Formats: sequence, C-alpha cells, structure tokens
Amino acid sequence: MLKWLEKNLPKIVMAPAVGLIGWFVYGFVLWTLYISFTNSKILPKYELWGVGQYVKLWGSRKWLIAVDNLLIFTALFLIFCVVIGIILAIFLDQKIRAEGVLRTIYLYPMALSFIVTGTAWKWILNPTLGIQKMFIDWGFENFTFDWLVNREMAIYTIVIAGVWQSAGFVMALFLAGLRSVEDEIVKAAKIDGANLFTVYWKILLPMMRPVFFTSFVILVHISIKSYDLIVALTQGGPGISTTMPALYMTQTAFHKSQVGLSAASAMMMFMAVAAVIIPYLYSELRRENAR
Amino acid sequence: MQDKIHSSYKQLEQKSKYTNMFLRWFLYFVLVVFAFYFIFPLYVMVVTSLKTMEEIRQGTLLTWPSGLNFDSWLVAWGGRGYGAGDTFLKPYFWNSIKMVVPAVFFSTFIGAMAGYVLTKWRFKGDKWVFLFLLFGCFIPYQAILLPMARTLGVLGISNSVIGLVLVHTVYGIPFTTLFFRNFYVSIPSELVKAARIDGAGFFKIFFKILLPVSTPIIVVTIIWQFTQIWNDFLFGSTFSFGEAAPIQVALNNMVLSSTSVKEYNVDMASAIIAGIPTLIVYVLAGKYFIRGLTSGAVKG
Repeated sequence: MLKWLEKNLPKIVMAPAVGLIGWFVYGFVLWTLYISFTNSKILPKYELWGVGQYVKLWGSRKWLIAVDNLLIFTALFLIFCVVIGIILAIFLDQKIRAEGVLRTIYLYPMALSFIVTGTAWKWILNPTLGIQKMFIDWGFENFTFDWLVNREMAIYTIVIAGVWQSAGFVMALFLAGLRSVEDEIVKAAKIDGANLFTVYWKILLPMMRPVFFTSFVILVHISIKSYDLIVALTQGGPGISTTMPALYMTQTAFHKSQVGLSAASAMMMFMAVAAVIIPYLYSELRRENAR
Repeated sequence: MQDKIHSSYKQLEQKSKYTNMFLRWFLYFVLVVFAFYFIFPLYVMVVTSLKTMEEIRQGTLLTWPSGLNFDSWLVAWGGRGYGAGDTFLKPYFWNSIKMVVPAVFFSTFIGAMAGYVLTKWRFKGDKWVFLFLLFGCFIPYQAILLPMARTLGVLGISNSVIGLVLVHTVYGIPFTTLFFRNFYVSIPSELVKAARIDGAGFFKIFFKILLPVSTPIIVVTIIWQFTQIWNDFLFGSTFSFGEAAPIQVALNNMVLSSTSVKEYNVDMASAIIAGIPTLIVYVLAGKYFIRGLTSGAVKG
C-alpha cells in the first residue's frame, strides 16, 4: 500500500488540478453544449429539442447587432492596438532617455480593471461636462462630441477605451521581440547602406512575425470576451446599439431567463475562440517540439 | 570581422549625426504625445476626485482643483452616514480582499504542484495533460457561467465570498500551471535525479531543491492572479450581488445608481480606490507584472 502510494504520488498530486479542470471546464462546456440543444427557459430541461435555439439566435436582431459590433470592434481594436504598439516599441527601442518612465506610463492601464477604465472614459466622453465642454470652453463653440449617446457612434467609444487599455501591452510584446534580435544584424544592414526605416520595414518587422501572430490571437481573444468595458461604458446602449455577444449571453440568461438560447450564444462564442486558439496552440506546440 | 563591422559602423554614425538629431527630436515628440494620451484619463480621474461639484460644472476636465479636497474620497470609502441607499466601497473592498487572498494562495499552490509534476516527475501522456490544462486559459467563460451558477446553488455557496474563491481558484489553475511548468522546465533535471538517487522523496525534493529557487515565478504568479481576480467583473457580477459583491461590482453599481444627482467627483474617487491596489502592485513590481503578462498570454 505504502509502496503504491509512493510510486503514484506525482499522479495523486496532479489529480486535483486535472479533476477540477476536467469538471469545471470540460464538463461544464459539454453541459452548456447539451443545454443549447434543448428548449430550456428559466430552468434547464433535458429533453433534446434540436437546433431550434441556434435558428432562433441567428434570427434575432439583437444577436446580429451583437455580431456586427463584435466585427467592427475587433477590426478597429486590432488595427489601432497593433499600429500604436509597434510605433511605440520601435521608438522606445532607439536608446531613449527615460525609457523606463515612458514604458511604465504606456502600460499602466493594463493594471486597471475594465470597470475602472470604463468609469473614467464614461466621465471623459460625457457630452455635458466632458471633452465636449472642454473644447467649447476653449472657444470652439460649435464643437460636438456626443459619441457616447449617439447610436451610430457609441461603439467607437468602446474602441477608444479598449485601445487605451491594451495598446501598451502590444508595445511590450514587440519591444521584447525587437530586443531579442541580434545587434549585428542591424549594424550589418546599416553598413550596406540601409537607413533606419528600411532596417525596420524590410528586416526587423518581418522577423517579428511570431509577435504579430501572438498579438493577433490575444487581441481577438480579448475582444470576443469583452464584457466589462461595455457594461461600464454604455450598458449596451443607447438602445441596444453597442450590444456584444458576451453581453447578449448574460442578459439572455439572467434577465430574460432564456437559458437554452443563451447557451447557444455561449457556444457560438466558444467556437469563435476555438477557431483562433486551436491553430495557435498547434503552432506553438510544434515550435516547442522542434526545439 | 566583428571589429571591422564595428569601426565602419562608427564612421557611419558620425556622418548621419545631424539627420539623427532631427530624428531624435521627432521621436521624443511622438513618445511624449502618446505619454499624454495614456496619462490623460488618470490625470482627469485624480483632479476630478479632488474638486467639488461646483468646480466641476464651472471648469473643464483639465482645470486644476482649488485645493486638496478629499471629501469625495471619504464619501466613496465610507458613505455619507445615512441609512438606506448609501452605497460606499469599504465593505466591498474587504470582500475583495477576503476573496483574493485565499484564491491566490490555493491556485498558486495547485499550479506549483502541477508544474512540478509535469516537468520533474514526467509520466506517459504528460504533454497531453498539460495541453488539457492549458486549454482552460482560453475558454470564454460564458460557456461555463450557466452550469457554474447552478453548481454554486447546489453547493449552497452562491452569492458568497466562498463561492467566488472557488470559482477564481479553479479558473486560475490553467494559468498558474502554465507559469510554473514553463519555469521548472528550465531548471536542470539532473539535480532532481541526483536527489532521487540519494533517496529524497517527492515533497523533500520540491521543498529543498525547487522551492528555494522559485521566488521569481511565485512573485509573477501571485501578481498575475491578484490582478486578474481583483479586476474580475464577470464572475463577481454573475455569482454575487448585494453584500457579498466584490469591489468592481460595487464600483459599477455605485456609478450606475441614479438615485440622486450624479456626483462625478465621488465616482472618480471610487474608481481610483478600486484601481489603486493593482496600480501599486504594478508600480512596485512592474518587471514581474510584465513578465506575467507576456508569458501568461504568450505561451512558450
């Protein structure tokens, strides 16, 4: 008995982690998948009902708005975070004085919660007392900036706050990437007559392909899951104009008591994340095996 | 060869001195402009929290406050002293502390053990076990909210700090395992093998050989978990309400409540109070924070 215990101790120690993740991640996802094929309302029902919830989901105007918003948000969030992140990383990489201070400033929003970020930006973007008033008081009397309460534009306020929060993170990733490149490569290129722009555009940035890939995966992942920021900034409004899938899911489950439908929306989110993550994990694992 | 590159590089540097000077000014200009963009909201939060509502209505976002007036901070932290409808952060701040401390401890401990086994006591299929755990880093939590809510109900710990401790411990395990596994992979296994030959057991090896060198990764893990759990809103708002809510939920409720006239100074003071613990950690241990950020998100 004692011998057996000793031999299997590593596996026994491993068991809680595997058990908890097996139950709370895989078991729960399967449960949600099952429920998405039932006609559950407030309480889960276990008779299968087919794909009715998915049909209902894709026929719902609110869900379509949510998906539309997700696409807009993801595209802009990606572009701005990556462009700002790269510019800051390259500029910081030029033996800048006070680099540490600047880096700290660019990255501190990452330490704040989306609720704090949302609260701050909600106040700044507030049309009566925020930025709009600032410009009017400065003498731009016709200046209007009412995106937060404008159905068409509210989604872009979420982009502004989201980029503010995450651009520094992309900067950190690229800075780490650039720093890992051998100095000699850059020097040799310069001797061959390449200017700084060419060095980055033709040599260094192409070398950063894995960093691009990583940033892409992480940013898409953040944007599919984005929930807190919308709750704090717009609550999905005005109307339902800034609804996103994560918000749709919780509202459908906990306010509308449509458990089956919300499970279906959760599974759509799950599949979207899996479509991005599985190729990523696969390529990471291959890289590690090749090492 | 190296020397040659170096000397001709020096000449090149001399030649382009003037273009460089212009370029450097441009560089600093852009960097400083971005620094203002990133600092701006924090500045606005701080000055707004120090103003009276009268000052807020008269000035702009950037106006300097007339003095150091911490009234809004006191109201945000301790309320106005009347009964119903007086929400303030103090009790929820403590809820968050009571939630964060055990959840960080348990998830870090479980992750350390798992990382240790996965690297130093390898068994058949351990790579798959790692992948199995790793996938938990990436699932959208919406896919587990419904069964989790029911499970907490069945266990009788819905709407309690204990329930949130369980949730955060479980969903922290994939990250903590990843951190420790990637750290222990780089520690030579020969040490462990030698100790095993000497007859040292599973726990002795962990406590005598691995734990003493684990300080950096423990710091990274604790900071990562602390930040994640402190800043969580999804679990907090789904699994708790009323008195058991953590601080982010309370902050959101405070800002959204429309019982009286909107007091932006109190809102901003509340936001700063909710953000200050993680900000302090970031300023004091930025290096470890960034390490967690880059390796927590970027595997490998």
